[in-house]
Amino acid sequence: MTAGIDLGQPQAQSVRSDEDVVRVRQLVRAVAVASKLSLVDQTKVVTAASELARNTLVYGGGGSVEVTVVDNGRRKGVQIVFADSGPGIADLDLAMTDGYTSGGGLGLGLSGSRRLVDEFQIETSAETGTRITVTKWSR
Amino acid sequence: MALSTEESGRLAALLSGQDERVTTRWTEIVTSSLRGRLSQAELRRQVQDLHRAIVSTGEQGIIDLSADSAAELRAALSELSRGRARQGFSATETTVSIFALKDVLAELVQENGGPNALPDYVAFSKLVDEMGLFTFESFVRTRESLIADQAEQLLELSTPVVKLWEGVVAVPLVGTLDSARAQVVMERLLQTLVDTSSPYAIIDITGVPAVDTQVAQHILKTVVAARLMGADCIISGIRPQIAQTIVALGIEFGDIATKASLADALRHVLRLNGVETARRQPRRDA
Repeated sequence: MTAGIDLGQPQAQSVRSDEDVVRVRQLVRAVAVASKLSLVDQTKVVTAASELARNTLVYGGGGSVEVTVVDNGRRKGVQIVFADSGPGIADLDLAMTDGYTSGGGLGLGLSGSRRLVDEFQIETSAETGTRITVTKWSR
Repeated sequence: MALSTEESGRLAALLSGQDERVTTRWTEIVTSSLRGRLSQAELRRQVQDLHRAIVSTGEQGIIDLSADSAAELRAALSELSRGRARQGFSATETTVSIFALKDVLAELVQENGGPNALPDYVAFSKLVDEMGLFTFESFVRTRESLIADQAEQLLELSTPVVKLWEGVVAVPLVGTLDSARAQVVMERLLQTLVDTSSPYAIIDITGVPAVDTQVAQHILKTVVAARLMGADCIISGIRPQIAQTIVALGIEFGDIATKASLADALRHVLRLNGVETARRQPRRDA
């Protein structure tokens, strides 16, 4: 799986369909394996990517995902950026509440993803859409 | 891009005037590009079909690939590309059968000469391009339908419901559990529960690489549906990394029994049924 992936470059994947969510998952797993994340951390970051990519598709109307290997001098990690140009999130605090959903899911995707990764940033507005950046560091 | 009546007539005349030579030369060019992967006789038959279709369309008047009069030509082209797509030829190897006609036409037009030679060749060439694109389109359509068929077969293949014990059925889930597959799994499981009148069902997720909220939701819905029918569900195959991810995500399985392995789940069900499993002392005959 890791063959053919240039880790120096960010890997981009557009998200337009359910199949693309699967591709994002495979891409993140490949990069996580290459960054020497433990099996638990791989599974966590892959799951978080799956949640956020699906949010990009379902609520953002599709968008793009970029996966990069980052290095802070001491540890390596995986950074993933999810960007869409959808309607944005009106009430961020509410959206980040466990069990709240505007769609019909379990309402854990956004809040749960934050617990699955080490760093979680979210920028959202009605004009520019939503951009979520998450990072998972190796231990 | 249709050929005018005069151009169509000249093309038909050009091709039918020396039909034996045209088909032979055409077959030669195609054969060399396919490197013997199709027999000469079969290629010749295909080329003759195409030749006949073009000539008969041209004799009727305007050759316009999108018009009703070109139905025969379109049929011949789609049949060719369908055959190639199913035999595993590449798109290039398929369209080359059409583009080879350009070489043949170039030779013929050059020999005949005349004031119309160049404009005619340009017009014929455009028609060949159009035919090539049409072939490519139907090639892709055939491939896509093959892929769709395979995806459907995969869906069928990957969701067996197996009987583990009297009154115990199991669904080993493998791969990605999207909505379509979840629906198939649920239908199969519920039907099998009725058919075998089993009170227990085990859903094994060992083969599911990542359990996110959507997968969890599908599983929970299946369990609730099974419960409505009076069957108890046990989820097995929860590996350590999946367990930690589920906890971090905050998914709760409530009072649904979960086990680490399928064996544990089966033992659990058997115990509930009052079946005791004990290891027999190995015999020491020696």
